[in-house]
Amino acid sequence: MNFDFNEDQRALADTVRRFVARDYGFEKRRAILASPAGWSREVWQGLADLGVLAVNIDEGYGGLGYGPQETGLAMSAFGAGLLLEPYLAAAVIAPALIRRTASADFQEHWLPAIACGESIVVLAQADARGAPVTELGGNLSGRKRVVAHGGCADLLLVSAQMPNGDTGLYAVAPGSDGLVVHDYPTLDGQRAADVVLKDTPATRVDAGAALDHIEAALDIGLAALCAEAVGIMDATLAATTDYLKTRQQFGQPIGRFQALQHRMADMLLHQEQARSMSYLAAMHCVGTEKPARQRVLSAAKVTVGQACRFIAQNAVQLHGGMGMTDELMLSHWFKRLTAIEMSFGDTDSHLARYARLSRAA
Amino acid sequence: MDLNFSPEETAFRDEVRRFVGESLPPAIRHKVMSGTALAREEHVQWQRILHARGWGGIGWPSEFGGPGWSPAELYIFEEECAMGGAPRLISFGLKMIAPVLMALGTPAQQQRFLPKIMAAEEWWCQGYSEPGAGSDLASLKTRAQLVTSGDGDYYIVNGQKTWTTLGQYADWIFCLVRTDPAAKKQSGISFLLIDMKSPGVTVRPIITLDGAHEVNEVWFEDVRVPVENRIGDENKGWTYAKFLLGHERTNIAGIGIAKRELARLKRIADAEGRIDEPLFAARVAQVEIDLMALEITNLRVLSAEREHKAPGPEASILKIKGTEIQQAIAELMMQAVGAYALPFRQTDVGPDYAANLGAGYCNLRKLSIFGGSNEIQKNIISQMIMGL
Repeated sequence: MNFDFNEDQRALADTVRRFVARDYGFEKRRAILASPAGWSREVWQGLADLGVLAVNIDEGYGGLGYGPQETGLAMSAFGAGLLLEPYLAAAVIAPALIRRTASADFQEHWLPAIACGESIVVLAQADARGAPVTELGGNLSGRKRVVAHGGCADLLLVSAQMPNGDTGLYAVAPGSDGLVVHDYPTLDGQRAADVVLKDTPATRVDAGAALDHIEAALDIGLAALCAEAVGIMDATLAATTDYLKTRQQFGQPIGRFQALQHRMADMLLHQEQARSMSYLAAMHCVGTEKPARQRVLSAAKVTVGQACRFIAQNAVQLHGGMGMTDELMLSHWFKRLTAIEMSFGDTDSHLARYARLSRAA
Repeated sequence: MDLNFSPEETAFRDEVRRFVGESLPPAIRHKVMSGTALAREEHVQWQRILHARGWGGIGWPSEFGGPGWSPAELYIFEEECAMGGAPRLISFGLKMIAPVLMALGTPAQQQRFLPKIMAAEEWWCQGYSEPGAGSDLASLKTRAQLVTSGDGDYYIVNGQKTWTTLGQYADWIFCLVRTDPAAKKQSGISFLLIDMKSPGVTVRPIITLDGAHEVNEVWFEDVRVPVENRIGDENKGWTYAKFLLGHERTNIAGIGIAKRELARLKRIADAEGRIDEPLFAARVAQVEIDLMALEITNLRVLSAEREHKAPGPEASILKIKGTEIQQAIAELMMQAVGAYALPFRQTDVGPDYAANLGAGYCNLRKLSIFGGSNEIQKNIISQMIMGL
């Protein structure tokens, strides 16, 4: 048992941290946010050049062949910078899904292109409530909602219900007949899209058990998301601690007041529990049998989601009026933490799923 | 990063589990598993069983007759004992005064006291809190005056200690006393070992809200204490007390106890059909998840400790979360049986498992108060970890 990271892992985290500190400052991010696309190809290419996009891709396809721990370190290190580019969707979930489902030819074509930053592949999974996207004769129809970074994809991987009731995974190219991608900004400044398909031609990617593979890839994504949240909460707590030490009221730093000290202690308790569960999620998101894996990941999402809410809300509260301004990174961390709690299933849904799985166990 | 125990540690876990399974008297196990308080003799019996196995000096280095375990082995041992229904070790002798004696005691003090702690021949209690000195411990007033005499110097002790856990069983008490009233708060305190049979010592029970006699007042009226029973130097007692605090905190999270009690909660909730209620099931799930996270947090602290990084203020995190979880489980157990939690200390009404639940809930409110209240722990976290 040890909680240390090896040299390669530390080097990866340092690379990402240096990138955020040097090349992804507040003003830079603000400019990207204000641009029409809302993300930067140039930044994306820069990340490819650093090798960071190759983390989840096997060495045979030009990748580094790392696992969830390294992904988690990268995601944590990105946390403070609030990357607007589609790292989680395109560099974590898509490669995890492709390596599980796709043919050798498909992998050969797409994985090296993902690793070098040339292509962005995004999974479109969540259906509009009660109305799954369906496949008939190789064409897809229906609506995928709030697909993270769906608008910038060079290829969409769309899950669809086949006539026999099973789920299949299909590749859909932008510009295909009947495809409308409605791209928009989300609460946290990132981009998402509703994807509407009407008899859109598509190519089957998987060779069976697509739903299992999609769930497995999304669980890898969920573990990475938890690690990102931990990185953001570290930054949020550090900034709030600094603020409490410098902000003077009643002739002293407000951090001297016990009411605020105890709130900070409560925030730290949430943070350390979230960090622990993010480690556990990274350990179990690959290689653990499905029910046990889902149980741990739901537990992680509950712990991390509750920490996101508590820390985000109280960091703004302790900053007072300053916490409400767009000028501080803090409000942007607040919005991303809020979005993370609501992504991949919110706290309540995971608590309910955990209870169900515990019952069955 | 590797969250697994080593093969040696896993083998050790199996060994402890087997030992507890084979050696723990079933009557004791049944009491622990059903949340019934143990008698003095039952605690003594278990400690003697451990001692016979060579595990009497838990957490002690081998030079003092302990098994010389690593922090991880100690953690595994306590977790397995708790889950197997063994009594919680009485810490006042084993984990509190013993490390002080080993680090700061004279060879004579070590030889006089340590073997009898290990063999459960002498029971210790703690004399820290006073009516006017709780969280603000350094304001304690119990007075010890040095008297020089031809047949050996001695102190005369006058004052009152309180919340003395299981003091009614104790042979000895270790006390913080004021030896220099003129000095600044922390600097006039000494650390004395006092024989409970000394003339002038009076123990009076305090009955707590659950109807139990667990804590006491201990009064000192002109009690004569030989100067040889002082630990270290006069007026340095506060430093020694802080040293002790660092050792008191092993197993502070109580992971094994919480796991055992959670399993009991689930059995009761199942028997009562409450687990089918979505809200109740969610509450149980929440506490189970909190415990899962705390177990990893505890292992992180343990792992840092193994690399000889001192167990610092992080122990406060473990104390707060550990006590909150145990209290939440006790509360849910009481809730689970509904009205049958209300008959007080009755064994002839309602299901067997319901008999102790109301009293157990009441009793465990102590957890967030003792050992440094959870509010004091939050002061420590915000000041020592966050630097506020």
